[in-house]
Amino acid sequence: MSGISYSEILKLVAPEMLVSLAALAVLAIDLLVMREAPQRYRFWTGAAFAGLGCGLAIAWLLAMNPPPHSMSAGLSLLQGTYADDVLVRLVKVALLVMTLFTLAISMESNFTDHIGEYLALILLATVGMMFLVSSENLLMVFISLELTSLSLYILTAFNKRNVESAEAALKYFLFGGMSAAFTLFGLSLVYGLAGSIQFSEIYSKLHAAKIDTLLLAAIVMTVIGFGFKIAAVPFHLWAPDAYQGAPTPSAAFIASGSKVASFFIFAKLMMQAFAGAEGNGAWRHFTPGWLPVVATVAACSMLLGNLAAIVQGNVKRLLAYSAIAHAGYALLGLLSNSQQGMSSLIYYIVTYGLTVLGAFGVVAIVEERTGDASISSFAGLGRRQPLLGLCMMVFMLSLAGIPPLAGFFGKFYLFTAAIGAGKDMGMLWLVIFAIAMSAVSLYYYLQVLKQIYVVPAVEDSRPIVVPVSSRIILSLLALVVVVLGCAPELLLGRLITAIKLASHQ
Amino acid sequence: MLGWTVYISFIGVLALMLMPAGRPRAARKVALLTAIVGLVLGLAGTLQHKIGPEIDTVAKVPWIPSLGIEYYLGADGISLTLVLLTGIAAVVGILFSWNVEHRAKEFFAFYLALIGGVYGVFLSFDVFLLFVFYELAIIPKYFLIAIWGSTNKEYAAMKLALYSFVGSAMVLIGIVAAYVVSGGHTMNLLELAKYPFPETFQHWAFPLVFIGFAVLAGMWPFHTWAPTGHVAAPTAASMLLAGVVMKLGAYGALRVAMTLFPLGLVAWRDVIGLLAVIGIVYGAMVALVQKDFKFVIGYSSVSHMGFVLLGLVTLNTIGLSGAVLQMFSHGIIAGLLFGVVGRMVYDRTHTRELPLLEGMRLSKTMPFAAGTFAIASFASMGLPGFSGFAAEVQVLIGAWTAFPTYAVLAGLGILVGVAYTLRVLQKSFFGEAVPKAEELTHAHPLPPISIPERIGAAILIAITILIGLYPKLLLDLIGPSFDSPLFEGLRKGGLL
Repeated sequence: MSGISYSEILKLVAPEMLVSLAALAVLAIDLLVMREAPQRYRFWTGAAFAGLGCGLAIAWLLAMNPPPHSMSAGLSLLQGTYADDVLVRLVKVALLVMTLFTLAISMESNFTDHIGEYLALILLATVGMMFLVSSENLLMVFISLELTSLSLYILTAFNKRNVESAEAALKYFLFGGMSAAFTLFGLSLVYGLAGSIQFSEIYSKLHAAKIDTLLLAAIVMTVIGFGFKIAAVPFHLWAPDAYQGAPTPSAAFIASGSKVASFFIFAKLMMQAFAGAEGNGAWRHFTPGWLPVVATVAACSMLLGNLAAIVQGNVKRLLAYSAIAHAGYALLGLLSNSQQGMSSLIYYIVTYGLTVLGAFGVVAIVEERTGDASISSFAGLGRRQPLLGLCMMVFMLSLAGIPPLAGFFGKFYLFTAAIGAGKDMGMLWLVIFAIAMSAVSLYYYLQVLKQIYVVPAVEDSRPIVVPVSSRIILSLLALVVVVLGCAPELLLGRLITAIKLASHQ
Repeated sequence: MLGWTVYISFIGVLALMLMPAGRPRAARKVALLTAIVGLVLGLAGTLQHKIGPEIDTVAKVPWIPSLGIEYYLGADGISLTLVLLTGIAAVVGILFSWNVEHRAKEFFAFYLALIGGVYGVFLSFDVFLLFVFYELAIIPKYFLIAIWGSTNKEYAAMKLALYSFVGSAMVLIGIVAAYVVSGGHTMNLLELAKYPFPETFQHWAFPLVFIGFAVLAGMWPFHTWAPTGHVAAPTAASMLLAGVVMKLGAYGALRVAMTLFPLGLVAWRDVIGLLAVIGIVYGAMVALVQKDFKFVIGYSSVSHMGFVLLGLVTLNTIGLSGAVLQMFSHGIIAGLLFGVVGRMVYDRTHTRELPLLEGMRLSKTMPFAAGTFAIASFASMGLPGFSGFAAEVQVLIGAWTAFPTYAVLAGLGILVGVAYTLRVLQKSFFGEAVPKAEELTHAHPLPPISIPERIGAAILIAITILIGLYPKLLLDLIGPSFDSPLFEGLRKGGLL
């Protein structure tokens, strides 16, 4: 553990370094060279450099795979400050891909003049997420969470011309601050109980311990903290306002990348550090532990998210409530508390992230052309811009879980994992609830599609002109959603192998 | 080769999507061509099938190996019968929507997507795959009704979509649980049917899956989507809805629920038989008092589908074959009825109110439509010589041995069926002319029945008479299927 040189460490964190360097480069170039250039040109150049950084990081992660024998051992440095294995790398690649798409859908927007800062913050948030997924250490978890969150607060507030953006950011910031306090309190209790901040040592101290009030308090506090991050009920209150007020690309990023990272580390913390303190989440057999706590949160999220989404008139707000509902579904993967649960959780949240990025991409264009993101401004989109309509149909149906799209397989896999978990299908009640709720969700996704295809466009509407770049990006995302639905094995096979290897540590 | 029925439909969808908008003629030609190719492929596949219990493998490749899910298409006599029905309904439906001009390209794209999904369901022998195709069919239905429909179309479309989705949600719970209980390494229908599921599990899984599917088959009391949906849908879509989509539900109930959970079936068959009989009688009674021409046909579908469900739970070969034959027969007859009402009458007179139609003397102005409808009515009533008779008699015989009381009640339903059919026939076409209305029709002569309509009607009439006179043609195909390994569980329990 101690015999590792600085050059080794630098080599390990190369992807993170590349992205940080890209952030600095983008900032410098935009401020020093591009100040006078037209906005669109600045955005393109900045995004190109940022994309280059992410691309290099992805290439590094994929190409520099250490040989299998050392890989199967995995790697955990300095008390879990930096862990590295195949699974972590896979998640990092997914995060970087989402960052790339976020950069791509923000390229055509014009809500800000501070382009360098905007792009740099996206990259910094990404660095935070990358460190987050490779930490196996409470302190590091907290620090990287804060790096991510602080960047996201600012990204939310970036539209200075819109007062709603500032309001959204303030709400997000206040709730986020609260959640950080809870997390920290919870983690400090864990440290007090286990005497260590490393996941594996916490596990070895706690797994045999009796579940007493203090440990329960620690668990509940931690769940509250992460509940804020993943926008689960009852810690979701910031989400609708933040999604609606934030510039659309920022909202997309909050809904995709940040979700993936938070879910991953949440699951890792619960499944690794708190293994042994699960309790029981089976219907009418609740025993104290983290399973019943998370199960309750999941059930509330599905219920409230889906029911509240029905009455929304703004598509961004609708997506926010749908995100709350989806957080509920995804928690089923965590509740499975198994390798299969982990892979279903990652599959679900990654495909969800990609889908929601696409949906926000469409919303961004419609919002810019028609002035707002209310459902009625989508009227006749299928006629005014057939490609955009088609893409939105793919995204909405995937969110609703209609085959053969990625969202359907994700749900199917989650349900399979959850039913198979534990003894005697203990989680069946929650799966039935989730399936019933996803039947409800079809209603509001169809409401959006009804506007696009059934309701005629308003009188004076012209065809919506969409730049070629946006068309390519959105079609690409739609294609990914279709392909991952028709051939889930592409991602699933890798995930399962990675999880198997990673668990052999 | 049969697999191409699915692929060709989706290729048709792609071709239509890539076509420039505003060329309805070209769109309907592409659609018709696609449907005809599908029908020919289905026919060729049927002719190749050796009569017997074997299940022909059409395609079998690993799809999601990590979960043991296969892309497994196959065909036995039951699948082939319904594939043929789908092919016929698809072709005739396009002939009956030759006048669609509004967004024609999208109309036919959704139409073919629905057809492709339906073919897929009938050919799937992997439960996951079957479910994928089953859900795939929901969305085109929604758009077909919501965009091109009539009365209350958005409400009806949403109702249909939600009912279907809730039904398939119930099915999903059941099949995921079955997959997990059986060890979680296969979704192959034949493998799962061999697995002895614990009895307590079957007791709750069976009703979930059976009723989930039966929602789409219009089982009372979950039938309410059917009349509103049929009424609101454009002609071709009602023909498909009543003709094949309702069969998806019955097929799923037979193919998945009954083969996987035979013990559950034993425990629940009385209840399901009762619901089926209520559906038969209730549907017929409600049809008797409708004012809207299409609602009559809509409720008659609920009644006729009751025979399918009753046939399924008789659990003897004659009843089961009767149920499958009734699926085919009702698909043809309902298609014909909806074709006459929606296309021939409503598109010309712009009303479906029976009191209004009564005054128009349509038998004089549209003798072809009147003749067609008269034949369709006779077929629907179950007059000997038409396919409906052959099918319903078998179901009744089967039911007589299984539950005599239900058989008597169902017979009563047939009587009411005669009553509402004659009533609607008399009111719609052979009413007393009110002079004023006659003048009206003279002032605005109705456009003559077009050639595609005549061809479509002729095809359907020919088939219902053919099967009515010689039901052995299909029964030879259907009967042996119940000897396949798929129904081993039912046979072992001494149920078949």
